[in-house]
Amino acid sequence: MTVAKESSAVTNTRMPWFNISQAMPWIMAIGFLLVLPVMFASGSALTIMNQMAITIIFALSYNMLLGQGGMLSFGHAVYMGLGGFFCVHLMNMVEYDNLWLPLPFLPVFGGLFGLIFAILIGSFSTGRAGTVFAMISLGVGELIAASSIIVVAFFGGEEGISGDRTMGPSTFGLDFASQLEVYYLTAVWLVISALAMFLFSLTPIGRIANAVRDNAERAEFLGYSQRHVRFISFCASGFFAGIAGGLFAINFEILTEENLNLATSGSILLITFLGGVGFFIGPIIGAIVFTLLQTVLSLYTEIWQLYVGTLFLLTVMFFPYGLTGLIAMHIRPYKLGKISMLYQSYLRMSVPAIVCILSLFSLLEITFHARHAAIGEEQMRLFWISFNSHSILPWLVVIALALGSGWMVKSLAPDIKEAWDEANYVGPGK
Amino acid sequence: MELVVVNILDGLVTGLLLFMLCSGLTLIFSMMGVLNFAHSSFYMLGAYFAYQISTYTGFWAGLIFAPILVGIVGALVERYGLRRVHQYGHVPELIFTFGLALLIEEIVQFFFGSNQMAYDEPHSLDFTAFSIAGNAFPAYKVFMIFMAMAIFMVLLYILTRTRIGLIIQASLSYPNTVQNLGHNVPLVFMGVFGVGTALAGLAGVIAGPVLGTFPGMATVLGSIVFVTIVIGGLGSLWGALVASLLIGWIQTFSASYHVVFSDMLESIGFTKPVIIEDSMLRDLWTLTLSQIGPILPFLLMVLVLAFRPQGLFGKRES
Repeated sequence: MTVAKESSAVTNTRMPWFNISQAMPWIMAIGFLLVLPVMFASGSALTIMNQMAITIIFALSYNMLLGQGGMLSFGHAVYMGLGGFFCVHLMNMVEYDNLWLPLPFLPVFGGLFGLIFAILIGSFSTGRAGTVFAMISLGVGELIAASSIIVVAFFGGEEGISGDRTMGPSTFGLDFASQLEVYYLTAVWLVISALAMFLFSLTPIGRIANAVRDNAERAEFLGYSQRHVRFISFCASGFFAGIAGGLFAINFEILTEENLNLATSGSILLITFLGGVGFFIGPIIGAIVFTLLQTVLSLYTEIWQLYVGTLFLLTVMFFPYGLTGLIAMHIRPYKLGKISMLYQSYLRMSVPAIVCILSLFSLLEITFHARHAAIGEEQMRLFWISFNSHSILPWLVVIALALGSGWMVKSLAPDIKEAWDEANYVGPGK
Repeated sequence: MELVVVNILDGLVTGLLLFMLCSGLTLIFSMMGVLNFAHSSFYMLGAYFAYQISTYTGFWAGLIFAPILVGIVGALVERYGLRRVHQYGHVPELIFTFGLALLIEEIVQFFFGSNQMAYDEPHSLDFTAFSIAGNAFPAYKVFMIFMAMAIFMVLLYILTRTRIGLIIQASLSYPNTVQNLGHNVPLVFMGVFGVGTALAGLAGVIAGPVLGTFPGMATVLGSIVFVTIVIGGLGSLWGALVASLLIGWIQTFSASYHVVFSDMLESIGFTKPVIIEDSMLRDLWTLTLSQIGPILPFLLMVLVLAFRPQGLFGKRES
């Protein structure tokens, strides 16, 4: 779990303050964010994009711990949740107690609240990394999630607390009643926090965090206290998680116990790992893919969590650097000018692979329908075909398809391996 | 006084049940250095397998075959999943077991749905063993106590008195030396993982009828199991026993005594404000011990980790 590859390239040369080739991805991202709502203007698309942006900030802040600092946390939702709860209270104070606070600045306060809690908890939890840190984070997370049900005054008990974002003083003539305005607000905060987190990873303290992650003992011999370094990463991460919480409060206007519990903390681990922990862009890709999977898959199937869980487990087992790692693997053949060698074998593999995956999906869907559909409801629709899930024929078709395409995938695998070795071979062809 | 006895017995049942899970988990941890997040999922699998078997043949066949099935599943997971992830380090292993826990819950829901299963205790144990001052103590709980005790004895005997136990203990500390002596250490690891998960499965078979067989049963117990082995000291069998009993008693005692915090606050000189709805501290006055009970283990764990990271009986930090 290292990022040594990409990080060493940046540090050794002294950077000028502004470098167009480094700024390019950011400028493109900003342009993309500006154009997005024009391309997808519907309300549901905006909701998905807002959710995506918040998840990206949250996942990036989580990666400050896991990817850059080597700290596996099972309780990161606490900082986002607490920041969010605090922001809802601030929104209510704006509404009822005439507190003057323009809405666009609300996330800062969420961040500060996340930071305060990160300082409190980090002061004793960052003493050790690895399993002990993971266990403390789990304990603290469960503790706060369980307390949130008891402390009704702050957390609102089971039903949570809600607010109204439109009651604040108007800023630049905006009252943030429409989803679009909220989208732009979220996008601005997304760019600010992503840039800040990226710059943090370039600072000396960000670099030392990598060193402590890779070899804490050596870092100590260089004169850095590993505890101190971890503590600073932890606090910064808590701050940005709090910002994500503030944006969550603005976007959804309600926070409940669900924002604090282990399920949320676990899903952000899943998102970050799926995207790839070793890369700055990893959590961004993870958040986009996961949100799309969540919203699109859940429209079509009830058992989408089963698919996501399977995908996650396969990622951990076979691609420990996540989706981004999968893309990054192709940089080397690309630089060698041999990427074209891979196209053909990928193309040949793609048909049986897709058929195999789809038939496995169908098998699961038919099984699920046969077991759980209401009595008497034996018809089901799958891929625009209507059939009876209790008859034997669909099963036979799907199993035959799965076995056939699986056999083809298996027989094509050595071919791909060969093409891969060839494409990664430095020098003239073997 | 009678209530104390009842609570001690109830806490003993909960504690010993916890111990069945913790003993396997702590053995696996001290062997492979990996905390198995999915351990309580194997407990759930045990309950579901036993339910499925009991629909065909009745409770007793489930008691025997379900743990064996769970153990086989566990051994396969070790062989084809965990061993593969092992090369990447401990953190990916932890993430793997975490993902496995999520997946097992989804798979269980896939096959059995999200409702509670009608998995009940056998008729032969469905009577009152004895009663203390009007509180009936069911025979099934007596059975649970004896099962857990028997498992502890057998485990202790195998680990300390047999040749297999010697090899296991040696592989804990010096895996390479044991390997050089000609023992198949990966096989030992697989066996320990299988037996550990089978123990969890057995706990599920026994607890299913009492605590309910539903997809959330792993999550309910999951974090408590961690708390227990961390408090007891990772890798210590005796620590797991003591911590399990401690937590069992904390939970039963806090649930059965009605202590209201406003009484305590008033006894040390505070007065309850008349208008309580607007006060930010209002929850302090309405709090009861039974509300705090579920939190206490976590609080204990955070304190232990912060001040004595090796746990009560542990010899080393993880």
